[in-house]
Amino acid sequence: MATHGNGSSDFFAKMPEIKFTKLFINGQFVDSVSGKTFETIDPRNGEVIARVAEGDKEDVDLAVKAARHAFDHGPWPRLSGSERGKILMEFANLIEEHAEELAALDTVDAGKLFAGGKATDIPHVIDIIRYYAGAADKVHGEVLKMSGKFQAYTLREPIGVVGLIIPWNFPCTLLSLKTSPALAAGCTMVVKPAEQTPLSALYYAHLAKLAGVPDGVLNVITGYGETAGAAISSHMDIDKLRFTGSTEVGRKVMQAAAASNLKPVSLELGGKSPLLIFDDADVNTASSLALSGVLYNKGEICVASSRVYVQEGIYDEFVKQLVEKAKSWVVGDPFDPKVCQGPQVDKKQFEKILYYIEQGKREGATLLTGGKAFSNKGLYIEPTIFVDVKDDMLIAQDEIFGPVFSLMKFKTIDEAIKRANNTRYGLAAGVVTKDFNVANTVSRSIRAGTIWINCYFGFDVGCPFGGYKMSGFGRDYGLEALYEYFHIKSVVTPIYNSPWL
Amino acid sequence: MAARRISLFLSRSFTSASSPLLSKGVNPIRVRGISRYSTATALEDPITPPVKVNHTQLLIDGKFVDSASGKTFPTLDPRTGDAIAHVAEGDAEDINRAVTAARKAFDEGPWPKLTAYERSKVLLRFADLIEKHNDEIAALETWDNGKPYEQAANVEVPMVVRLMRYYAGWADKIHGLTAPADGPYHVQTLHEPIGVAGQIIPWNFPLLMFAWKVGPALACGNTIVLKTAEQTPLSAIYAAKLLHEAGLPEGVINVVSGFGPTAGTALASHMEVDKLAFTGSTDTGKIVLELAAKSNLKPVTLELGGKSPFIICEDADVDKAVELAHFALFFNQGQCCCAGSRTYVHEKVYDEFLEKATALAKKRSVGDPFKSGIQQGPQIDTEQFEKILRYIRSGVDSGATLETGGERLGAKGYYIQPTVFSNVKDDMLIAKEEIFGPVQSILKYKNLDEVIRRSNATRYGLAAGVFTHNIDTANTLSRALRVGTVWVNCFDVFDAAIPFGGYKMSGQGREKGIYSLSNYLQVKAVVTPLNNPAWL
Repeated sequence: MATHGNGSSDFFAKMPEIKFTKLFINGQFVDSVSGKTFETIDPRNGEVIARVAEGDKEDVDLAVKAARHAFDHGPWPRLSGSERGKILMEFANLIEEHAEELAALDTVDAGKLFAGGKATDIPHVIDIIRYYAGAADKVHGEVLKMSGKFQAYTLREPIGVVGLIIPWNFPCTLLSLKTSPALAAGCTMVVKPAEQTPLSALYYAHLAKLAGVPDGVLNVITGYGETAGAAISSHMDIDKLRFTGSTEVGRKVMQAAAASNLKPVSLELGGKSPLLIFDDADVNTASSLALSGVLYNKGEICVASSRVYVQEGIYDEFVKQLVEKAKSWVVGDPFDPKVCQGPQVDKKQFEKILYYIEQGKREGATLLTGGKAFSNKGLYIEPTIFVDVKDDMLIAQDEIFGPVFSLMKFKTIDEAIKRANNTRYGLAAGVVTKDFNVANTVSRSIRAGTIWINCYFGFDVGCPFGGYKMSGFGRDYGLEALYEYFHIKSVVTPIYNSPWL
Repeated sequence: MAARRISLFLSRSFTSASSPLLSKGVNPIRVRGISRYSTATALEDPITPPVKVNHTQLLIDGKFVDSASGKTFPTLDPRTGDAIAHVAEGDAEDINRAVTAARKAFDEGPWPKLTAYERSKVLLRFADLIEKHNDEIAALETWDNGKPYEQAANVEVPMVVRLMRYYAGWADKIHGLTAPADGPYHVQTLHEPIGVAGQIIPWNFPLLMFAWKVGPALACGNTIVLKTAEQTPLSAIYAAKLLHEAGLPEGVINVVSGFGPTAGTALASHMEVDKLAFTGSTDTGKIVLELAAKSNLKPVTLELGGKSPFIICEDADVDKAVELAHFALFFNQGQCCCAGSRTYVHEKVYDEFLEKATALAKKRSVGDPFKSGIQQGPQIDTEQFEKILRYIRSGVDSGATLETGGERLGAKGYYIQPTVFSNVKDDMLIAKEEIFGPVQSILKYKNLDEVIRRSNATRYGLAAGVFTHNIDTANTLSRALRVGTVWVNCFDVFDAAIPFGGYKMSGQGREKGIYSLSNYLQVKAVVTPLNNPAWL
């Protein structure tokens, strides 16, 4: 075992060149009004990567002003969808050219796997942008069947200036997921990336400008939630707000929206997603799915399968295989291609996860493997598996957002459904079974926005994603996400002498 | 954008609509002060086209091949009637080979088995290649068809690019539905590619019609056997080659040049073709539909002829109406299925309209389509040319007033003078039949009900133009005219997103837009019982 993690060494410590550290407002990189900066930290070693301009209310005001002007007077919403689509296609091509740099920025900033970023995350970003580029000229309203003598139709009009607040766990993916449908729709926007991961967003803005996105359409304010984020949420001149992050902050965002100009909000928040594994499942497949369902991206994923329910008939075999597989789960420098898990994003998260692990032990769950941090340097945590977890334990109720596996046993399908739904969250769920009826019943019974049957993380750009209950509302991905960025306007006029109605 | 390009083309006064994006790489069209019907010299000495004909064989299973019979036919330059090249002449055996290749490419893949995203990337690369070879393709099109080069280069080929990008964007957005059943059942619909599509395209917009058909068929994951018109085989072969360069697997598109009664018949009646799409005349459309019915009942999309009314209301801005009505009829030498070939003018503005329309027709520059500023080239071939002249004689014989034109132009090629008839009556042949040439028929009307009735008194129903400022008139006419497209205060505005097709004997089905996808998809309902569902 190396200095940190069980993977090998500092050998892979690449450092991409940091080109952009200022706010991006109206097509220019500028210092913050206050002149303040903040440190962005490499979670592998706690070292400062760069100092980044710290945006606050005044900066948000400037960005909104630019976005407002670009929307009210600029070319962007006045271009045809096909013209916007062409610019987005060019944008996707530029991202493709710079995929490695973007992946590296997210690795140093967020501790994400570099190989995964290059092979999966950034190509997915490109796919997302191309998808919405192709959707830009396919925004249809409807011509309505009126009950009276009227001709009427609906227009989907771009909603205006949108505020987008992006989390740190998938910086590039979630940035493109929020911005590309907004761009396709003809909106202008002010984006705040997480303070932990500001770098790729600035790079992304730079590429958008190169692709031909006009000045003022995409503005990026780096900074903190309490200051810049709050300013966006409560801004009187922002027409729509979309937030991805914790349920706790989501509530504040929505309150700020309500207290200011009642801007519509969509929220993609936390989860405590159940994965239900039935007796007829192939244990080998199921244990692999469950392990990566919890540990993928260090557990820093809102849809982590953080409650794994296994039916009693295969429970023992499942545990055996799970422990075996956890052993080969390599933790270490995310630039190392053999590594499965990098460091947690920051000290605060790191400590929170360790707190939950302690809670699990105290409440009487059985610790099967892991249960502590790896070393003093870097924020690496051992993949941790708890069994004999009870539904009322804190580790089974709260979102831990770390590599902590909670395993529970169940007897019947009804019981599994009931326990799976016994949560304030409703983001996603998994089912592993060969039985068609079980799959269908569980799919309709679980109150969550996505059900994965015999797969997990089955994300696709065409497949809408979002939460029930306190996991939020509104949808990312698919045409549903595009429709988040439109007003519906009905246009009605009387008709005379129509041969049909 | 393509829609704007058309507008840009049709009128100098609309050029302000151009956007910075639009002008990128495209020369704006300049209409110079060319005098009435360009000189005989220009017609005698045709400009040498700036392109070589490199491909004249059939394209089957990814390879260029001779026809099974070894036969070829000449494709003619309509400026002179001389042969441009000799092209492989496909017949039933070649269609069989092409269908076999398409069948294999569909049944065994990889095309329908690729992800939609992969398919969309092939179409996007194809669009880029067309864009790159814009001028070459436009030159081939003009040479083979006789249409103005500037029209081909600045309007039509860019529209092909636009269509391909549009359908590339659809590939990954073809959604089925889940449906609520009256009982404990889970229902979903799968939108599956239909299989091997037979496509027969006409000669008036060879490559555009190629794009209308091929774009949606490929986006949906089908394979294709396409027969071009014998008058204009060249551009489709060129484009199909570029499609392969873009990464289209072998056998996915097969292009067979040849004649309707041989190759066309074989395709329409083939038992292994799952779907047929035809654009052409109503007479041929009937034959095609019959063959489909007699063989394997393949579903058919037909885009056929028209006799589209262009209605100028009393409140219209006459100058603009004149310009638009002129464009609606004379565009592409009058060889448009949706040509505004019955110009109905309200009696209050009739005299002024007639005078100005005649003057505009007289100013139309006719000549070698490769020459800059030329608005009208030759008609496609001797058959069409003779047919149009016969209709003109019939107009005169039946008592319509010939205001201008009426003759051929020059001694060589198929040029016809822009021709305007006034005092046309609804029962005259020139008001009833599709002339497909530069012959404008102007008719007078008194009130709205009358013009609705007269406009609809035709077996066709493809399109209509309405020129009015009055919103009630516009709404009434839009709903009352039994046609597939109504252009209000515009005409020939085509865009990838705007569906197009006919009522009555102008055809069935719609092409372009989201509507075209359904031509190339099967809908499969998948039903399964639900055990103890949480909700229904």
